[in-house]
Amino acid sequence: MPQHVLIVGGGVGGTIVANLLARSLHRDEAEITLIDSTGKHAYMPGWLYMPFNHIGADDDQLIRSERGLLNHHVNLVTGEVQKIDTQNRELRVCHSAGLDEIRGTGGASEAVYPYDYLVLATGARLEPSDLPGLVEGEGKWHHFYSAEGSLRLREALQNFDGGRIVITVGGIPYRCPPAPLEFTFLLDEWLRKQGLRDKTEMHYLYPLPRVFPIETVAEVATPLLEERNVNYTIFFNTEAVDTERKIISSMEGEEFPYDLLVLVPPHRGARVIEDSGLGDEQGWLRTDRATLEVKGQQHIYALGEATYDGEVMCFLETGQNKATQLVFNYEHPPHPPHPSLYYHMEKQLFNRAYWHLVPQGFV
Amino acid sequence: MPELTDITIDKEIDARGSFCPGPLMELIRGMKALPVGGVLAVLSSDPGSAKDIPAWIQKAKHDYIGAFPEQGFTRFVARKAH
Repeated sequence: MPQHVLIVGGGVGGTIVANLLARSLHRDEAEITLIDSTGKHAYMPGWLYMPFNHIGADDDQLIRSERGLLNHHVNLVTGEVQKIDTQNRELRVCHSAGLDEIRGTGGASEAVYPYDYLVLATGARLEPSDLPGLVEGEGKWHHFYSAEGSLRLREALQNFDGGRIVITVGGIPYRCPPAPLEFTFLLDEWLRKQGLRDKTEMHYLYPLPRVFPIETVAEVATPLLEERNVNYTIFFNTEAVDTERKIISSMEGEEFPYDLLVLVPPHRGARVIEDSGLGDEQGWLRTDRATLEVKGQQHIYALGEATYDGEVMCFLETGQNKATQLVFNYEHPPHPPHPSLYYHMEKQLFNRAYWHLVPQGFV
Repeated sequence: MPELTDITIDKEIDARGSFCPGPLMELIRGMKALPVGGVLAVLSSDPGSAKDIPAWIQKAKHDYIGAFPEQGFTRFVARKAH
């Protein structure tokens, strides 16, 4: 009898795990099923480039079918996990589409999937309601943390003719820590090209005692902000946004007026994690950092944004066709090289090569 | 600095084993949830906390009570002032 491995989430983490398991286990050993709510795989780092039109909305760099990325031994179920029953080791899933892909459910809209091993790669969700003013002010502030958000921001930038732009985060943790810095550098470059930089004051606000969580990276990024004439304020923990008066205020008692606000929305873990009681009150899972087994549980593992990660390699776009690279793990902080065209080109290449290397688990 | 035994701690958050910005963010989150006048303690084993935590408390204009070293970690104590 093969063991049932259920993987929840068809993002980068879930897809890699599914493909690696399918390659390393025989079908007599394991039946691998991946459950994803959309059946589509998004390349989230692409959203950063959309406001500047470097990547178009219909570019196939942004979204592809999950089925095409999965090893053919992996079953794909398109549906929303409603409940994680750790007692009986089963998931209740509400199917959203692609019923023909579901085996043995008789086309029912809801089904129960038993598991021997469960992998939670459920990612993070955006939760604007965690910050006062965001829900009421919908459409009057901007972000680049979804394809739709990036498109609206692109429109706002096209209508922008100078003024004060504030860039900040709605809370910590948020996915891709370098993204607000990268956005700032790319925006500076874009404004210069549009001839708007002289008419624009840019302000970067960050909750920590430096402009980036890791000190060695902050040491590289801070002089770059200064060089690009971007004002920055540290220890700014956003408390509220008043989209009518166009003012953002912090827990530390500071207020900044803006003409255009770009704010990374507050993040939480997946709702099903929050509802299941497996995580903390924000829906984040605690794991053993060596095995990624969820603390207090057996045969349940979590990875990616749903928990914390160890080995990391990422790029940091610094604008003006330059980038640097961060390589680090739990034990060793990154030592980013001087920003150069080389890393920018490597990142541009990676944006395309992603689809052929990452989901399959080759890199 | 007062003796730790003289202080009534209303809430204590154990952020040991978590690295920057973990303990500082736990403190900021904890302060947000605490009523004015409440005393918060955060346990941290991250050496960066010794600099970051007092600096944030000063910027946010809360009352810093002190850092109390223990075996392998430090207990940072502050009172919510507003």
